[in-house]
Amino acid sequence: MPFRLFRVKKRVNRSWYVTFLLFLILSLFGAFMALPLVYAINNAFKPLDEIFLFPPRFFVRNPTINNFIDLFNLMSDSWVPFTRYVFNTFFITFVGTAGHIIFAAMAAYPLAKHRFPGSNVIFNVIVLSLMFSPHVTQIPNYITMSFLGWVDTYWAIIIPSFAFSLGLYLMKQFMEEIPDSLLEAARIDGASEYKIFWTVVMPIVKPAWLTLMILLFQQLWGTDGGQFIYSEELKTMNFAMGQILQGGIARAGAAAAVALVLMSVPITVFLFSQASIIQTMSTSGMKD
Amino acid sequence: MLEQAKEIEYSEEPVKAETGKSDQEPSLFQRFKKTLYTHRQSYILLAPFFILFFLFTVLPVITSIIISFTYFNMLEFPSFIGWDNYARLFLEDDIFLIALKNTILFAAVTGPVSYIACFVFAWLINEFPAKLRAFMTLIFFAPSISGNVFFIWLIIFSGDAYGYANGFLMRIGLIYEPIQWLQDPTYIMPVIMLVQLWLSLGTSFLAFIAGLQTIDQTLFEAGAIDGIQNRWQELWYITLPSMRPQLLFGAVIQITTSFAVAEVSMELAGFPSVQYAAHTIVTHLIDYGSIRFEMGYASAIATILFLMMMTTNLVVQKLLRKVGG
Repeated sequence: MPFRLFRVKKRVNRSWYVTFLLFLILSLFGAFMALPLVYAINNAFKPLDEIFLFPPRFFVRNPTINNFIDLFNLMSDSWVPFTRYVFNTFFITFVGTAGHIIFAAMAAYPLAKHRFPGSNVIFNVIVLSLMFSPHVTQIPNYITMSFLGWVDTYWAIIIPSFAFSLGLYLMKQFMEEIPDSLLEAARIDGASEYKIFWTVVMPIVKPAWLTLMILLFQQLWGTDGGQFIYSEELKTMNFAMGQILQGGIARAGAAAAVALVLMSVPITVFLFSQASIIQTMSTSGMKD
Repeated sequence: MLEQAKEIEYSEEPVKAETGKSDQEPSLFQRFKKTLYTHRQSYILLAPFFILFFLFTVLPVITSIIISFTYFNMLEFPSFIGWDNYARLFLEDDIFLIALKNTILFAAVTGPVSYIACFVFAWLINEFPAKLRAFMTLIFFAPSISGNVFFIWLIIFSGDAYGYANGFLMRIGLIYEPIQWLQDPTYIMPVIMLVQLWLSLGTSFLAFIAGLQTIDQTLFEAGAIDGIQNRWQELWYITLPSMRPQLLFGAVIQITTSFAVAEVSMELAGFPSVQYAAHTIVTHLIDYGSIRFEMGYASAIATILFLMMMTTNLVVQKLLRKVGG
């Protein structure tokens, strides 16, 4: 229908000057959001004399990678090499994310597609748990961890993240959109519920995997080990950055280099998964 | 179909189990066992997540409330002391009252502002073509997933003339000597609020963008025929009502985050901050829980935080459900 095509291109009730004005407003705030990140990128490539330039200049003139070399020298002097911090952050993030996606999807499938006694109560408790932050439970969790002997291991960070309730909530909402007829067809073919989950449901909810991944990135990538990790060799990249920053303005270059390393990974992941994430989030609403 | 088949399969079991009493009603325990067996696949799939969720979320909330009525230092067995912890919090602990005031201030400012910002920016972004939309989404969302790159604000708001904020203000002649942004109690709160807002376009922002994109386009066409004249009327009469589920979800996320200000405060203003200017309930909790190991007292703080978050969330949910309901 040509009429429909026309509508898609030019939406109704739009005047160009308001659109232009809105674009200006959006760009202005966009600049505010992007500025610190652009600043971090620029600083990471500034030679020392430009960092200490007065008055400070925003953009880099003579880019150099000295800051990264500094960073590695700085960290190889310390008795835990920087690569160890990088490994710790990657290990915690990847194991935590993978486990969470599998556990959350397993639990979301019966909650979304089966009717069984207790399903509503369990889901309501999950929704209620979105209403308070993990800080509330940190004291008993510390006691539990020390009882289990997990204090000062990766597991104190990784295992609780498996049961992160926001991930289950989003996964369940997304799974409700899967047509029942598809599952019914598999049942008639004699597949067990476990097989249906693994071979039919899991591939369909791939967009939700990516969303849970980004959410757990928010939780785990930026962790510094909190009160659970004491050993230097188990600390994360984020903790190392904090240490470097303790050096004050003299370490500004190396700090900016770490900041760049830290932010580039999650942003890259989001860059490639944005469409899937938006698709998942469209089902995120709370129904009446 | 399959359910029927299952029913047949299981219906024989109770008869076998209770020989001689088969004319009686099955007992509560037997019915429980039967339900469990009928839905065993559902329960098995649910179990790994739910056990961990129970262990690390449900149980801790309950134990935290119980511990809050005791004196507990991790070494001796907790001893029951009634309401003493709560009395001490509100009557003797002046720093807690500062933390309470700061937390409420943070929640009252960053909560609503970030919620509205999430919606307004999502809506503005949605007015533009797809390529620009994807780019802008990335820009606005990036701060909230960049790990703790808010460290960079420490350099921007550095207290000497090398700090970018000071350098800029001095160059344009607004100030003549550097401001101690993160040491001067008058500036600490606004700076942290700014950084907190910068970080706040997270999950709800994405939920709003997604919600806006999935609104049935024919509604807008129908609206235009019914006499809607501009985008503002469209926003009010069509967009907002269609997005109610996402708006409810976003409110929960933003409220919970706005009460939990801690990391930004600790990294930027120090721990403890100058004159406790950026002390919040969560930093107070960390102080007593992870440094002084007064677990009973810390649990009382956690319980108060829990009650504040829950009440606010439940009240706001009620209100939002009423609007346009």
